[in-house]
Amino acid sequence: MTIKLFTLLMQAALYTLGISIVSIVIGFAIAILLSAAMLSGKGIYIAPARLFISFFRGVPLLVQLLLIYTLLPVIGINVPSIVAAIIGLSLCTAAYQAENLRGGFDAVPKGLVEAADVTGFNPRQTFFRIRVPIALRLTFPALVNEAIMILKSSSLVSVVGIIELTKMAQDLSSSTYLPIPIFASAGAIYLVINWAIALVAGRVERSLPKVTA
Amino acid sequence: MIFDPTVILDKLPEIGSGLLVTLVLWIVGIVGGVVAGFVVASARRFGGMAINGVLGLVVEVLRGTPFLIQVFLLYYGGPFVGLMLDPIPCGLIGLTVYAAAYYSEVFRAGFAAVPPGHVEAAECLGMTRLQTIRRIQIPEMALIVLPPSVNLAVILLKESAVLSVITVPELTTVVSAIGSQQYAFLEAIFVLAVTYWVIVEATDRLGRLAERRLSRLRFSKA
Repeated sequence: MTIKLFTLLMQAALYTLGISIVSIVIGFAIAILLSAAMLSGKGIYIAPARLFISFFRGVPLLVQLLLIYTLLPVIGINVPSIVAAIIGLSLCTAAYQAENLRGGFDAVPKGLVEAADVTGFNPRQTFFRIRVPIALRLTFPALVNEAIMILKSSSLVSVVGIIELTKMAQDLSSSTYLPIPIFASAGAIYLVINWAIALVAGRVERSLPKVTA
Repeated sequence: MIFDPTVILDKLPEIGSGLLVTLVLWIVGIVGGVVAGFVVASARRFGGMAINGVLGLVVEVLRGTPFLIQVFLLYYGGPFVGLMLDPIPCGLIGLTVYAAAYYSEVFRAGFAAVPPGHVEAAECLGMTRLQTIRRIQIPEMALIVLPPSVNLAVILLKESAVLSVITVPELTTVVSAIGSQQYAFLEAIFVLAVTYWVIVEATDRLGRLAERRLSRLRFSKA
């Protein structure tokens, strides 16, 4: 295990990080739409959102990635494999984040909403000034968990040929015949990134206001 | 291209054998993970600070790294330390160890969630330590750990698909191979996705049913 190998792994880790961050952000945007549909109270929106969430939570990510890889060219969409990988990760994390958001909205204390009504907030103000900020605050820990999950899950895009940390480790392992130090280093890099995320998130969470009913 | 899943359905016996391997991996992973996870959680709670620290670190490492990396380390790294494993045993060991790490956390939370007042009340009523564990702590814990355990079972089923990467002949491996042979990759992956989806949905519903059954047994909320 030389410095050169480790540098290659670190460079690949940047790809892992980039893919994960982009997927989390796109996933969050889709999750907002999904949870809005779930909270709309209209069956016509709820049914497809529920189907989407159930599917992407019920099928292994690896299978989702294979499906998207195969499906996109068939329906005439030819995109680079990295784009297909990001689409796959985004859709998957969107389903989980939507459930988290819905849980957050359900957990907003009723008393606070009633208090807003009594104080003369109109429904729109109650929604944007009371329910949304509180729901987001309640969802924060779950969002951090999901970020860590996606960072780990992004290792699966190696299977469809994206050269990120796991794929780089695999290639280096077969060319140098040093699987133990290389995979252990790759694992350590994932671990350090996850610890860093957890550490920063913990700091941020302590600085956020507490929600009490 | 015409979408024709019947091409795949002609291969039902092979799909069945893949499904069987997946189910065996899954169930062994759950059972092994629950047992080992319970042992780890108990050791961490009752075994002193050193044991708690070491096991805590191991659990952190297993939970903080991708399952795929763990599997590669075991499968490709194993032979260098005299651990030559065929794909299936390697998959079984990998999945069980991974499951144990997560289940130990579920049980740790379960231990912590049984109100001390209940344990004290049992002692006051003259129950022995063993009776308290068997009649108070375990039943109360069961209710607390059930929902996350079912969740974890679903995660494990999905992680088992990762074992296709080291050629374990489970559902994903078998069905995608059929897809390539038949030039019907999309149909194959579609069948694959639906199969997992059905199992996950069924597990979810079963879990919720069990939860309702169990919570009926509970008569005190304190």
